[in-house]
Amino acid sequence: MSGAFRAAAGGSVDRSRPLRFRFDGASFTGLAGDTLASALLANGVHLLGRSFKYHRPRGLLAAGAEEPNALVTVRRDQARCTPNLRATQVELYEGLEAHSQNRWPSLAFDIGAINDLLSPLFPAGFYYKTFMWPRRAWKTLYEPFIRAAAGLGRAPSEADPDRYGNRYAHCDVLVVGAGPSGVAAAVAAGAAGARVILCDEQAQFGGSLLSDPDQPPAAWLAASLASLRSNARVTLLPRSTAFGYFPHNLVALNQRLTDHLHDPASVQPRERCWQVRAREVVLATGAIERPLVFPGNDRPGIMLAAAARSFLNRYAVIPGRRVVLITACDEAYRAALELHQAGSAIAMIGDLRARAVGPWAEAARTAGLPVQTQCTLLGTGGRLRVSSVRLARLDAQQRLLGRPQIYACDLVLMSGGFTPSVHLHSQSRGKLAWDETVQSFIPAQAAERTRSAGACRGVFSLAAAIQDGSAAGAAAARDAAARDPAAGNAGFAGRAPEPPIPERDASMAGFSGALPQPQAHTGSKAFVDWQNDVTTRDLALATREGFASIEHIKRYTTTGMATDQGKTSNLNALGFVSQRLDKAIAEVGLTTFRMPYTPVTFGSLAGFARGELFDPVRTTPLHDWALRHGAVFEDVGLWKRARYFPRAGEHMHAAVARECRAVRSACGIFDASTLGKIEVVGPDAVTLMNRLYANAWNNLAIGRCRYGLLLREDGFVLDDGVVARTAEQRLHVTTTTGGAARVLALMEDYLQTEWRQLQVWLTSTTEQWAVIALQGPESRRVLQGLVEDIDLSAAALPHMSVARGRICGVPGLLFRVSFTGELGFEVNVPADFALTVWQAIYQAGAPYGMTSYGTEAMHVLRAEKGYIIIGQETDGTVTADDVGLSWAIGRSKPDFVGKRSLARPALSAVDRKQLVGLLTADPNTVLEEGSQVLPAPGQRAPRLPAPRPIGHVTSSYHSPTLDRSIALALIAGGRARIGQTLSVPTAAGEMPVTVTSAVFYDPQGARLNG
Amino acid sequence: MLLITCPYCGTRPELEFAYGGQAHVARPQDPAAVGAQDWADFLYMRDNTRGVHAERWRHTHGCGRFFNALRDTRSDQFLGIYRVGESAPALPPDAPKEVP
Ligand SMILES: [Zn+2]
Repeated sequence: MSGAFRAAAGGSVDRSRPLRFRFDGASFTGLAGDTLASALLANGVHLLGRSFKYHRPRGLLAAGAEEPNALVTVRRDQARCTPNLRATQVELYEGLEAHSQNRWPSLAFDIGAINDLLSPLFPAGFYYKTFMWPRRAWKTLYEPFIRAAAGLGRAPSEADPDRYGNRYAHCDVLVVGAGPSGVAAAVAAGAAGARVILCDEQAQFGGSLLSDPDQPPAAWLAASLASLRSNARVTLLPRSTAFGYFPHNLVALNQRLTDHLHDPASVQPRERCWQVRAREVVLATGAIERPLVFPGNDRPGIMLAAAARSFLNRYAVIPGRRVVLITACDEAYRAALELHQAGSAIAMIGDLRARAVGPWAEAARTAGLPVQTQCTLLGTGGRLRVSSVRLARLDAQQRLLGRPQIYACDLVLMSGGFTPSVHLHSQSRGKLAWDETVQSFIPAQAAERTRSAGACRGVFSLAAAIQDGSAAGAAAARDAAARDPAAGNAGFAGRAPEPPIPERDASMAGFSGALPQPQAHTGSKAFVDWQNDVTTRDLALATREGFASIEHIKRYTTTGMATDQGKTSNLNALGFVSQRLDKAIAEVGLTTFRMPYTPVTFGSLAGFARGELFDPVRTTPLHDWALRHGAVFEDVGLWKRARYFPRAGEHMHAAVARECRAVRSACGIFDASTLGKIEVVGPDAVTLMNRLYANAWNNLAIGRCRYGLLLREDGFVLDDGVVARTAEQRLHVTTTTGGAARVLALMEDYLQTEWRQLQVWLTSTTEQWAVIALQGPESRRVLQGLVEDIDLSAAALPHMSVARGRICGVPGLLFRVSFTGELGFEVNVPADFALTVWQAIYQAGAPYGMTSYGTEAMHVLRAEKGYIIIGQETDGTVTADDVGLSWAIGRSKPDFVGKRSLARPALSAVDRKQLVGLLTADPNTVLEEGSQVLPAPGQRAPRLPAPRPIGHVTSSYHSPTLDRSIALALIAGGRARIGQTLSVPTAAGEMPVTVTSAVFYDPQGARLNG
Repeated sequence: MLLITCPYCGTRPELEFAYGGQAHVARPQDPAAVGAQDWADFLYMRDNTRGVHAERWRHTHGCGRFFNALRDTRSDQFLGIYRVGESAPALPPDAPKEVP
């Protein structure tokens, strides 16, 4: 047995395949083909959730993606726990476990429902008004309370163990929506030879036809789908929601692959995000029935008429035994007729209209169903399910015609007509226009290569929708072929007729706004937005408080927001506001539709870009050696760099100190391979460097190096690095690790767009050269036996020079450079030989105390020497002079990038921040980098509430060499302050600091030139 | 994600390109002769066009070359693509008009 409310026959559920499932701990049985919603209804369960703000009992309003109430959590295990799924979209599988949300301790008895009684405290704009002061209370008091009181499910507490795929696809025609017009469009486009993708959010294709008991449409659908399946150029994607429309006809689809399976294979992705680039798009997204807005319209058992038809015809579920229908359009009569046939009693059909016209109304009267016109609904009764309604008839002046009548019932169906789903058209920046006939906004001028067909543009009747889809599909195929440079395909030849201006179908137009009431509305809440718990009172309050723009009203009341995006509520909110403001709906306008159409998992959006695959990792050829020697790595951009090499039992501080001492006293080896390297080659190589870099390059001899400084055109420091002239027309330019791509792009920019006549070629060689830095007083001796054809003497290879030769038998470049202040070399060898050479040097140095050091020691050593690091001492607002590098500026050059800007007065103002050193009064205090620097307490302006900082700390370390803390800082007028005492706030109070030169160690450079 | 037509390689997704800002902002031949206001304009002032905008793109993850494009900033549709050194092509007759 699959539920007491299951019809004996009919529907597309499989009665031979019962499925057991659990909801809030209770066991039920449903059938294959059920959704969680239909299976619960078949078991007589109408109470499915509690509302967002007031915790009111809620049941099913709809049967599809537009369902605002029945949000559930489906749980497979601790990590696979998905909140906020619409029960109407959850396909049933054996063993499914679902939980209702937003209730405690149980769905039937929910403490939070007190919010409903306290609702005068929760008007629109409640958050803005109530929780203003004190600000501190937000974090501790208000926010936790609001989060606990109003919520939409909980995120799982563990990492998502599932896999998610992604795919790019190209097609001639993408058809979104496989209802009648979408299927017709796909068939027509496929027949014209186009490559077609047809997607639909549901497991089955057919859209509204799946809930239609008539035979001819079913036969047409079956034949059409068979034709699509037999066409190899057509891709069918069920369970695939088109959730976003991006520029240039890129449509994102979320395909759900395993959520409907009892036991999915662990290797199979759970979802796949498709990015479909379509030449032409056909939107056939259908229409959504509008609820009616009347007091107490949110009780379980009050649902859309079309939803009842779906439950009955598709899932063979009787949603109620005694039914009241209230409608503003003819189409909804079908629900009453079909339920009548299924054996339910129709207590009353209330029609809002003055005359109940239309074929289905006619059929209802013929069947003997009671019908009243000029009806309105005054209120409803029942606690966890509707048990009665109060109907009344009103004349045109909203005066009562006779006495209101109470009808007992267990199901209230409503229909305010159908709202075309224009979400994707609107997302694509297409215009919308108000249509008087269908009383809705429909797609107008498109901004992309897209066309809408069928109900989503107000073409409601089945025959017209199929015809409209067919015409749109044919036209899309033709336009795609016309734009295909490789066309000539015979299938593409014929010219289909332009899609006709469709006959708009008024029979499903209906009503929007709040139902008329005989006197000023004082009854219970009339909901406009079920999901966000927005009532007519909230909207009325907003207009009373002066909100006139619909965009403002949306934000003030939260109507149409969040995951729902106003699928059932938008037009009613507009209708109500237009009544209040006495403006036509078209003048009130429409809010923007936001993606996603329905919620998409983060997993699907992230795809493979998780964990190790989130970002590519760059490693140097010496990475494995560092790994084997226990290096602790740090991320520098995408690079992994060895930060320090702790020995057993050694923490970072001790390791860094040991590495620094080794470099100062003996010899250290350091992997500098991440340095950016650009080979600048050609007859105009030096000219390019002269124009780009601030330095003068004409007199740089072959075999010599120079510190190069690159400014931006606005005069601020961009990058630096050693530049070597390795041949007459060849410069080896190094950049910072993080700046390599930026510098190369800048060089290319000037070369390609400003100085196109220059004969220069640029090549990135960052990954071709491994760079092994050998630093320390013993480094020459270590290297002595390893080079064959290079004279290492200070005379032959002085500081800032380069030689070509063999190192450990490997051809390479040997630089005599130093970023530590010690005698130093940088061995450049092809990356493939890096490990061999590194190991040979490391071994040769062992007798001298060779120590591998990492980036942390490198930072300390350079800071002791006052060498800057781009991005640490500079931040895009720092000039060369600010950091003491004005000596590097080639002032006699007529021009270089940034030179004109150096003449700007602001760049030579006396109070610019300048790089200086700071020594703390307490040598053991290491300042926080980024700390503000204040004048000494006695030097501050008296009445200011807080002293103005005059600078900030850019680098700060414990210096093993000086056995005390050191810091570099940018201080206003800093160089004139050397010797002064300033103050730096620390966690332990203010620390007096003495301003010094930025060079803490060997200011004469004696060690460097040794 | 836009589809951009590199004049050297053909049509590729935006992922392969880097935006290069407004086109035709030439670096002055003799910056030293440029007055303070003009230099500030050159450095900092760019059009914020609602309508057809001439802009630079670089096919960074392709051929690496810079080129220019005319894009309608309201619709993101490209109305023309041309090489560095070429002048902007005439707009197609049905191109949308620029609005203030
Ligand atoms: Zn290219």
